[in-house]
Amino acid sequence: MKPWIEKQRHLIDFTAQSLARRKGKSLGLLVVYTLLVFVLASVALYTHALRNEASRVLAGTPEIVLQRLIAGRHDLIPPGYIEKIGRIRGVQKIEGRLWGYYYDSVLKANYTFMVPTDREIAPGEIVVGPALERTRELSTGNGVSFRAYTGELHTFIVAEVLAHESELVSADLVLMNEADFRRFFAYPASHHTDVALWVANPLEVRNVGVKLLDALPDSRPILREEVLRTYASIFDWREGMMLALLSAAILAFGIFAWEKAAGLSAEEKREIGILKAIGWETGDVIAMKFWEGFLVSLLAFLVGYVAAYVHVFHFEFSLFAPVLKGWAVLYPSFALTPQIDGLQVATLFVFTVLPYTAATLVPIWRAATADPDTVMRS
Amino acid sequence: MRPADRVLGATLLAAALFAATFVDAAWQRSAHEPALQRTAELVTRLRLSDVVLFTEARYTRHLTQADLHSAFQDHPVAQEHFPSGSLLPPPRILLDRHEALDRKATSPD
Repeated sequence: MKPWIEKQRHLIDFTAQSLARRKGKSLGLLVVYTLLVFVLASVALYTHALRNEASRVLAGTPEIVLQRLIAGRHDLIPPGYIEKIGRIRGVQKIEGRLWGYYYDSVLKANYTFMVPTDREIAPGEIVVGPALERTRELSTGNGVSFRAYTGELHTFIVAEVLAHESELVSADLVLMNEADFRRFFAYPASHHTDVALWVANPLEVRNVGVKLLDALPDSRPILREEVLRTYASIFDWREGMMLALLSAAILAFGIFAWEKAAGLSAEEKREIGILKAIGWETGDVIAMKFWEGFLVSLLAFLVGYVAAYVHVFHFEFSLFAPVLKGWAVLYPSFALTPQIDGLQVATLFVFTVLPYTAATLVPIWRAATADPDTVMRS
Repeated sequence: MRPADRVLGATLLAAALFAATFVDAAWQRSAHEPALQRTAELVTRLRLSDVVLFTEARYTRHLTQADLHSAFQDHPVAQEHFPSGSLLPPPRILLDRHEALDRKATSPD
């Protein structure tokens, strides 16, 4: 075993020196390779962690949300609707939700206004999400004015700012009293935005959904399962603009690596010829080149992955934030909990390290099996 | 120091950092756990249904509450035009998501 290890160390010595002779080219390859792994790993880590976090925090979302649609548009729930739902067997609890969007022309940002059902907020007061606190520089006790849809200015006092730790779900929220909400939006009395309902037997959720559609054909029930499924497929690996842009980068790298690995330079060919002429065996030449391909790709994978991890979980995916921000002014800032999918990391390893190592070996094998004299003269 | 030792040393260091990411992930998971629980409670209490990823358009802010029409309803033959719409492609998400409950419901006539 020991002589074998010693032999490999000598081969790596030779490889390292050979790479050092072509410093610019080798370093360039390592940097580009590392960057590619970094981008791929950043996207993979971010989406996986986000998917996990979303399904974890949304586990408590209402079992069914019932919307009413008119001509393909979301419409208000009229009085009497909730009573009709109450008559459906299996429904345990019904709540009319009151929420809506508000466009703040000061910041040119969209907020989500909402009436909480778990607590009573004093009239004239609001509870705001952390992104609002940051962008409008609000804090507890401050007054803030919003221009209602009727044209009047309504002033509210910030009673509380929601905790930053929950920003993923609460960044743009403005919670207020029901009377304030109705007055602000001139919301018709006894109408609701949609209805949240809970079913006594979890196995009956789908049946209740069908019954709801039977009783209220203009409604659209959204099951908790659908909510979770939506977020389970969010930023699917194969989808999204980022991956579309990335595919060009991957192709470019493929061409670069192929060119580098497959097309042996005259210098490299001469090197192989000389090595063979001085007594190296074909196996030794291949082993030496294997180490070259393997070490370069392994190092690129490890460094790229570690940098991606730090970028996603310690710097909040900040390099790609502009892509995610789009036109939004209010952008949540949240620290994702690291969730690493071993299979995903293994896939990334297989797809980055193996092809390059293999691509280095094929031309070398061809050159190394040829006659040294021919190789040196070609 | 031999070149092989330098190369192997650098690779081992990178491998150690790679292993450290898993340790850090485990540590951060346990550190974030209480906050995550509080967030889940907030979702239950406020009856929230979506995470705040994009605030620019209604159908990306409340992804699960959007319907097949909402991305295109600005005017007849409207195109979906928000940048976040490209990150969350509508067809697959919107089409796959709907439970086909309406097909099970009896027809009123």
